[in-house]
Amino acid sequence: MDFDLTLTFAGIAALAVFMYVLMDGFDLGVGILFPFAPGGDGDRDTMMNTVAPIWDGNETWLILGAAALFAGFPLAYSVLLPALYLPVLLMLIALIFRGVAFEFRFKADSSKYLWTTSFFVGSVAATFSQGIILGAFIQGFEVTGRDFTGSIWGWLSPFALMVGVAMVFGYALLGSCWLIWKTTGPLQDWCYRLAPKLLLAVLLFVGIVSLWTPLTNLDVRARWFTWPNILYLSPVPIITLAVAGLQYRAVRLRREGTPFVLAMLLFLLAYGGLAISLWPYIIPPSITIWEAASPPESQIFLLVGLVILIPTILAYTAFTYWVFRGKVRPGEGYHH
Amino acid sequence: MDLDPVVLARLQFAFTISFHILFPAFTIGLAAWIAVLEGRWLFSGKDVYHTLSEFWTKVFAVSFGMGVVSGIVMSYQFGTNWSRFSDIGGNILGPLINYEVVTAFFLEATFLGILLFGRDRVPRWVHFLAACMVAFGTLLSAFWILSANSFMQTPAGYEVRDGRLFPTDWWQIVFNPSFPYRYFHMVMACFLTTSFVVAGISAWHLLKGRFQDHARIALSMALGLIAVLAPAQILVGDMTGLNTLEHQPAKLAAIEGHWETHRGAPLILFAWPDQEAEMNHFEISVPKLGSLILTHEWDGLIRGLKEIPPQDRPPVWPVFWSFRAMVGLGLVMLGVAAVSLWLRVRRRLYDTRWFLRLLVLTTPIGFLAVLFGWFTTEIGRQPWTVYGLLRTEQSISPAITGGGVLASLITFFITYAIIFTAGTYYIVRLFQRGPQGAVKPADPAAGRPKRPLSKADEELGRPPPRPQSRPAE
Repeated sequence: MDFDLTLTFAGIAALAVFMYVLMDGFDLGVGILFPFAPGGDGDRDTMMNTVAPIWDGNETWLILGAAALFAGFPLAYSVLLPALYLPVLLMLIALIFRGVAFEFRFKADSSKYLWTTSFFVGSVAATFSQGIILGAFIQGFEVTGRDFTGSIWGWLSPFALMVGVAMVFGYALLGSCWLIWKTTGPLQDWCYRLAPKLLLAVLLFVGIVSLWTPLTNLDVRARWFTWPNILYLSPVPIITLAVAGLQYRAVRLRREGTPFVLAMLLFLLAYGGLAISLWPYIIPPSITIWEAASPPESQIFLLVGLVILIPTILAYTAFTYWVFRGKVRPGEGYHH
Repeated sequence: MDLDPVVLARLQFAFTISFHILFPAFTIGLAAWIAVLEGRWLFSGKDVYHTLSEFWTKVFAVSFGMGVVSGIVMSYQFGTNWSRFSDIGGNILGPLINYEVVTAFFLEATFLGILLFGRDRVPRWVHFLAACMVAFGTLLSAFWILSANSFMQTPAGYEVRDGRLFPTDWWQIVFNPSFPYRYFHMVMACFLTTSFVVAGISAWHLLKGRFQDHARIALSMALGLIAVLAPAQILVGDMTGLNTLEHQPAKLAAIEGHWETHRGAPLILFAWPDQEAEMNHFEISVPKLGSLILTHEWDGLIRGLKEIPPQDRPPVWPVFWSFRAMVGLGLVMLGVAAVSLWLRVRRRLYDTRWFLRLLVLTTPIGFLAVLFGWFTTEIGRQPWTVYGLLRTEQSISPAITGGGVLASLITFFITYAIIFTAGTYYIVRLFQRGPQGAVKPADPAAGRPKRPLSKADEELGRPPPRPQSRPAE
């Protein structure tokens, strides 16, 4: 049987990370847009209420990402986290300030502005640090034996910072499309005007990353620009452009849910593109998924449960989204 | 620079985990309490359960939020500061923690949304079910994390290859020798913690003459549970101690403060253990009682710390004293349980003011007992991260520097200080307001002016347009 357990596991870990990027992506995006809401605190209450019932579940995918890495690829977990020490610290602190803001902001009276700020700054900083982590990941890590041996500042590079900024625009795009779907009136109008600008910025950043990585990384260049790969892989950028075009059109035509679906599709394509560039390394540029994998006895033990549990999680997550379907109107939502 | 990264990383772990455990210790019991209230409301239809549940759900929301964000820190800290531990133990601990995420965290987080925001959007029984799912999730979470922690205390079902741990028998790993005892000990501790908070706040309301109906029900239920759990916890604690004697003799010797091995060992009540001199100063003890408690024989053999090489001994002083603090608090709980039974029989539970004042005083007692219990068991495991297999100083990330860990420790400290202060402030304010609607249940707008969103609610002036009780269509 040529069933590749490790490959399956890499798929699960990749799914967890992608689910996180999509789901926390839009609620972090809502946080990024938070201070710019046209209708002030009233709009901010509405914005927060669109994500308040579901953000907690969304963020759990981040823990699953870490746990899947720990369980399936302990070597990657033990190399990547010390290497990304400071960006991970920034992300955790930012997520703390942002996460408690959900509860505290609605409980506060005179100090409400503090938790508004906390929610905004936390969302931006968490997103920025996730972008830095992605940027550093693309650039690779210094490994000796089974340990990270680079510096605590090894992740710091213009490229990583650029990806950090790109991520802020990316999540803001997801957030604006989510708000188009979940809100009405002036707030929705504002998001309709904002989304095309964010889309343009995201395309620009995707373009820069797509040129920068093959120019500086020979492996990535070989992956994309050798015959016949270029033939097989050319649909990726072409479809990306097509999806972007469709999204621009959907926003102009003031579609409700389509812009959000297409924004998610854009993220899927960008994520797929990165996976193609970095395959099969889990610690670029030296350690593959098979080298970092935990033994079959660990992976099988977990896989047996995951096969049942992940569909169950998806089912009850879908149920919650269904319960909270429809538009969130000003003043409703936080009823406890 | 002579900042020792191992010491700082341990300090950081101790600080972040101590902060984190306060929230699960409270919310595990609180989730079950809310589920019970929701159930009683569903089946009795009495509004008092409804408002009581809403009140405690608000408290739950704030505590759970802080528990989640401080918990995410834990799941990353294994990797950032303790990468060798992660690499060596990951094959076994990774899947256990992963199971915690997929069985418990998603269940809690997802159904919490329905519990907090869905009351008007789903039928009553679905809302009750959501409360049960959150409560079930908290118990599952405790199951897996206690299993993982117990493996670090009493490893089983593994083999060592190339210096790393590999699983051989998952049943033995999950149900390792100390796990069942430690799981029940912890879950009971959580229920006791919540019960004392509920009892303390209800007693406070009774003393102030506010929310009488709610406070009486809550006080009676909380004290009822305390009357059962406080003595039961001492029994389970004793079993946990016997299990420690069998599997972690060094920890037990430190707990008891025994340096010498002897038959008919005394029970040391008070002492000042001296690690260097390998002896106790100012010892006060009861002859033979130590052997009787631990071996259930007058002349039972107790191994002392001197049988263990000095480099394998845990620091005796903190283990010895944390344990005594925990047991002392447990005895106070037992006393409260006994007095509550006596007052209940005499029908004086709600108007014995000195007892109500005592209950206000013991509100945080569970938190303290949980902290001291964990200090005992975790410091008692030292100098190992995985008992007998992996030393703490060999578990650290080789790449990290003292300066880096210090910076992150300070950052966490400041962050947690801010969050904890704000969270406590908001929870105390919720306690002051008490169950909403308790004053005038007939007029739902009456209790609202203090609520942050009340303005928006009033402007709306109509029930929100949403599908009521038809989620199955």
